Amino acid sequence: MTEKLSATNLTLIRGERCLFQGLDFALNPGELLLLKGQNGSGKTSLLRAIAGMLSLESGEIFWNEAPVLQQRQEFHGALVWLAHKTGLKGDLTLVENLRFEASLRPQSDNDLAVVCERVGISRLKRLPLRSLSAGQQRRVALARLVLADVPLWLLDEPFTSLDRDGRHLVTQLVEEHLTSGGMCVMAAHQDVEINATVHRVSL
Amino acid sequence: MKPTNPKQPSIFASLIAITRRDLLLALRRPGDILNPLFFFAMVCTLFPLAVGPGAEQLTLSGPGVLWVAALLATLLSLNSLFMSDHEDGSLDQLLVSPQPLPILALGKMIAHWLITGLPLVLISPLLAMTYRMPVDVIGVLMLTLLLGTVCLSLLGSIGAALTVGLHRGTALLSLLILPLAMPVLLLGASTVSLAADSELYATGIWALGAYAVLALSLAPYATAAALRISNE
Repeated sequence: MTEKLSATNLTLIRGERCLFQGLDFALNPGELLLLKGQNGSGKTSLLRAIAGMLSLESGEIFWNEAPVLQQRQEFHGALVWLAHKTGLKGDLTLVENLRFEASLRPQSDNDLAVVCERVGISRLKRLPLRSLSAGQQRRVALARLVLADVPLWLLDEPFTSLDRDGRHLVTQLVEEHLTSGGMCVMAAHQDVEINATVHRVSL
Repeated sequence: MKPTNPKQPSIFASLIAITRRDLLLALRRPGDILNPLFFFAMVCTLFPLAVGPGAEQLTLSGPGVLWVAALLATLLSLNSLFMSDHEDGSLDQLLVSPQPLPILALGKMIAHWLITGLPLVLISPLLAMTYRMPVDVIGVLMLTLLLGTVCLSLLGSIGAALTVGLHRGTALLSLLILPLAMPVLLLGASTVSLAADSELYATGIWALGAYAVLALSLAPYATAAALRISNE
């Protein structure tokens, strides 16, 4: 059975505001779902809802045709989430951070050293993350994506704090992930040019 | 339904990993270990200075003072249990991890106990001597503190999880935890007092042990549920 992420009739109300209503989408392998919208329009909230951290007003999210909430562990084992906060420990080194991640989630056969070289952080292996720049920390978070062996990537503003090379790298990594049959949901407020099937949702 | 990924790390591996990570973080910031310990030592050494060095007074108040100080020291340290994880986003990562959240929470509790509870137990004999406690009573004190701090780390994490999103949640946390922590304090202090009066005290130890087992079986689930609620 092929993997598939879909949602029907999603409605989310935060406080007094209705962020979105009656939202549907379906995502097949090799496809990208691009969430567009201004600041505060609910992109992050939708991503959090997909990841199962926000309860929706109505609607349901499905993974392989079954509701996500009934198979939370399996679904979480199939995704990796890059949030606005990187979720890495500033007092630990890059290797310690990634090794901890490896004890939670299935890991791909990619070699750590090769991946670090690829995202341009191999020089920084021995330093605590606290001493790295914001962009370098984002690159470590990218390494986490590449090292995980999961079909679904949830990316919240992946281009934040990255330089031009870094943004190009993100595009490349996403394209490679999609061509190898992965799926990606990306929230971005700027235009993204990615060579794949893109579904757009405006919030 | 698709079978779970065969590459998925085992639950046990994740328990070890999160405990190890928290211990490593504590080692990088030794202040976090020393603060509650320093507080415990200060209260216990200042008290005899304030009430006077009368032998009878000290033996009488010793168990109570040591236990109250241990309880407060643990409560003070609980606030930071999930705080830094919440701030740097790693709590979110734990919530979307494919490992059972109660297990990850348990790992954090174990690390918390090793960082605050265990050192407290280990320095207690030194402080008990200021209260002229006989050696066999010191043994009972250490045993009750051992079981008691386990209870407090476990139960306290529920409160820490409920108040994780709040700034300055320490007061609220203490208030939430106090009803659960009260039996620990009463059992612990009275058991040591009984031992000091050479009366039978074994019941207190068993009761504390039972409380610890109850906390161990329920607290991870309660903490996991609390984390999901307070992180919405």
